[in-house]
Amino acid sequence: MNLRIALVGNPNTGKSTLFNRLTGLNQKIGNFPGITVDKKLGYAKLNNGKQIELIDLPGTYSLYPKSADEGIVFQVLADHKNSSHPDVVVLVVDASNLKRNMLLYSQVADLGIPMVLALNMVDLSDKQGVKIDANALATKLGVQVIPISARNNVGIHLLKQAIENTSIATQVKEVDVNFLAPDAINAVKKRINSDNDYFALQVLHQHEHLKFFTESEQADIEQIEKSHHFESSKIQAAETIARYKHLSGILSSVVTENEQIQKFSFSDKLDTVLTHKIWGFAIFLLILFIVFNAIFAWSSYPMAWIESGFGWITETGHNYLPAGMLTDLLLDGVIAGLGGIFVFIPQIAILFAFISILEDTGYMARVTFMMDKVMSKVGLNGKSVVPMIGGLACAVPSIMAARNIENWKDRMITIMVTPLISCSARLPVYILLISLIIPSKTIFGIISLQGLALMIMYLISFVAAIVVAWVMKIIIKSKEKSYFIMELPVYRMPRWKNVFYTMFEKSKTFVFEAGKVIIAISIILWVMASFAPGNRFEKIDAKYVSTLSDTTKNLTHTKTLIASEKLENSYVGILGHAIEPAIRPLGYDWKIGIGLITSFAAREAFVGTMATIYSVDGGEGDQATISQRMKASVNSKTGLPVYTFATGISLMLFYAFAMQCMSTVAVVYRETKGWKWPVIQLTYMTAMAYIAALIAYQLLK
Amino acid sequence: MKLSHLKVGQTGTIVAFTDLEMSVKLMEMGCLPGEMVEVERFAPFGDPMAIRVAGYQLCLRKSEASVIIIQ
Repeated sequence: MNLRIALVGNPNTGKSTLFNRLTGLNQKIGNFPGITVDKKLGYAKLNNGKQIELIDLPGTYSLYPKSADEGIVFQVLADHKNSSHPDVVVLVVDASNLKRNMLLYSQVADLGIPMVLALNMVDLSDKQGVKIDANALATKLGVQVIPISARNNVGIHLLKQAIENTSIATQVKEVDVNFLAPDAINAVKKRINSDNDYFALQVLHQHEHLKFFTESEQADIEQIEKSHHFESSKIQAAETIARYKHLSGILSSVVTENEQIQKFSFSDKLDTVLTHKIWGFAIFLLILFIVFNAIFAWSSYPMAWIESGFGWITETGHNYLPAGMLTDLLLDGVIAGLGGIFVFIPQIAILFAFISILEDTGYMARVTFMMDKVMSKVGLNGKSVVPMIGGLACAVPSIMAARNIENWKDRMITIMVTPLISCSARLPVYILLISLIIPSKTIFGIISLQGLALMIMYLISFVAAIVVAWVMKIIIKSKEKSYFIMELPVYRMPRWKNVFYTMFEKSKTFVFEAGKVIIAISIILWVMASFAPGNRFEKIDAKYVSTLSDTTKNLTHTKTLIASEKLENSYVGILGHAIEPAIRPLGYDWKIGIGLITSFAAREAFVGTMATIYSVDGGEGDQATISQRMKASVNSKTGLPVYTFATGISLMLFYAFAMQCMSTVAVVYRETKGWKWPVIQLTYMTAMAYIAALIAYQLLK
Repeated sequence: MKLSHLKVGQTGTIVAFTDLEMSVKLMEMGCLPGEMVEVERFAPFGDPMAIRVAGYQLCLRKSEASVIIIQ
């Protein structure tokens, strides 16, 4: 079996950089069973050629968790049967801020797991005039202490050597915690058969959240806690003070600080500008604009290549493969579904490149700092700003970006409201409908009415997102207490390798995790649009057989007519007819019903579907004809035009609010690790869309 | 005096906390009794605030800073 190594440390200590340095691209994302936290796994070779498995545990300041992510650390370290339990812990500390970082070392050391201490960023601490005597520290702690710089590839070889040499726990006990609650600790030790005081104390604090005890053990521990009047917070405070006191003693003779050097002058100067009342927001808006422009405009080229690439595969396939159902399934179902997945990669990669740079430089922490007051009022977080602006381009990468929000409730609300922001896929639908119902006039000479209408649609989407977030803030109950005690790291240059790894890893995760759901739904939609009950399709084919056999005429229009008639008779068409009673109060007919169903693949499919239904030869490319035909269409019962002002507004509101995007559903499923939240989201958004469209139509008709 | 009452540039020494649960989190982040703190800046909307403590910059909401008693 491979040696299993866990990286443990505070946030911002360069733990992930070390992880990337050791594993390279040889890493993957797994799951911790039963919890919504990603497990970062990787493989590396030691100097002797031995393969090791590395786990990058979430960054935490102590073993007492503030969030679900942090809770994992103790779960994994405490449970010897846990599949992720490490053989050796590499505790990573920021050498330039040793004392605070060592609190976690002191806690982990007392759990009695073999460990190595990695003093990261020694180059930085050297510059700041902090000298650490690693040998003296190693002697005092009883473990190997390796000064490294993960960023500059210093000391990695020595660290590997140290891991190789570690097989048993050699650390000196940090603090004898038994005095904090002797009776309770001894009782727990006896009950769970442990001889470790600190483990017993942690169990007393955290047993409610630990999954590896049996029910009777849990009941007994609870009993011990009660009968000895175990005061969790008070004992935690006493423990923390005792640990810091002990650490001060150790560090005072190991660390020498040169007070003369001004440590933070550069970061301070940047902060006065970047968090300034006016300049701070101006710069933030500029950065948001660049990010938005990048995912909106830059990604359009690679997206077009991907689309035409998949189009070419489909076309070539149809030309060379034997015609038949299997070919159609493969090309129009599976390949089309794959195309629908890959087309998101440019946006995901670009957005995450920016987010990774903003996080790495330390700027994201300042954004949270600046925006916290405004965003927390509506239940969002300072960090929600980036996903919400990204939502203007596409909700899929934006929802993945909400991962950076530590607080569970804030993150859920951000995920829930991001798809309300009008994304780029809604744009073609808005443009088509606006051209139908809003006259192309200008008022006051310069303001285009159509442009104004488009802007209002975007404003509505923002207002909706804020209102829904505020409502959810009240509804969603959270066990986690909301803290906003956060480190503002010093500004640094981004690590380009990390940026690259993030882009690669996020795209890969999306393709493999959300991809499954997208493929499944595309196949279902394809089947529904390509099959009809009984022999309806044969009848349509028979009807046109004579026309088609006349090769002297141009057959394009006949083929369009067949496609249109087939769509109407397919299962999708039947479903469109079936939901007509439900959507009639919104002002829609069955043709729009079909459009709503096919839009679930992607909203922009509405335009293509309208082209097929109204038998437009040029397909969705011929917008003028689509819009003309739609304008001319009348209700078969009343004889009145279908696309009135009321219907148009109602339909636009429906598209603004409805969750018609299987990729978003799939990515929410992936990010929340379950069907609960995507179902809630789908339900509330559909209900909101229906009600808004209903009210709009009934008032305007 | 509470930490939240300090102005930018003012310093003080932590003496006690008024909330036990919050004190544990604050101490884990290096806000220990006896430590010097300096207020570095307030966010543009007046809350949260950034302080210098234990050799680094920490930001926290005023409501959280108000549990820290300083001298």
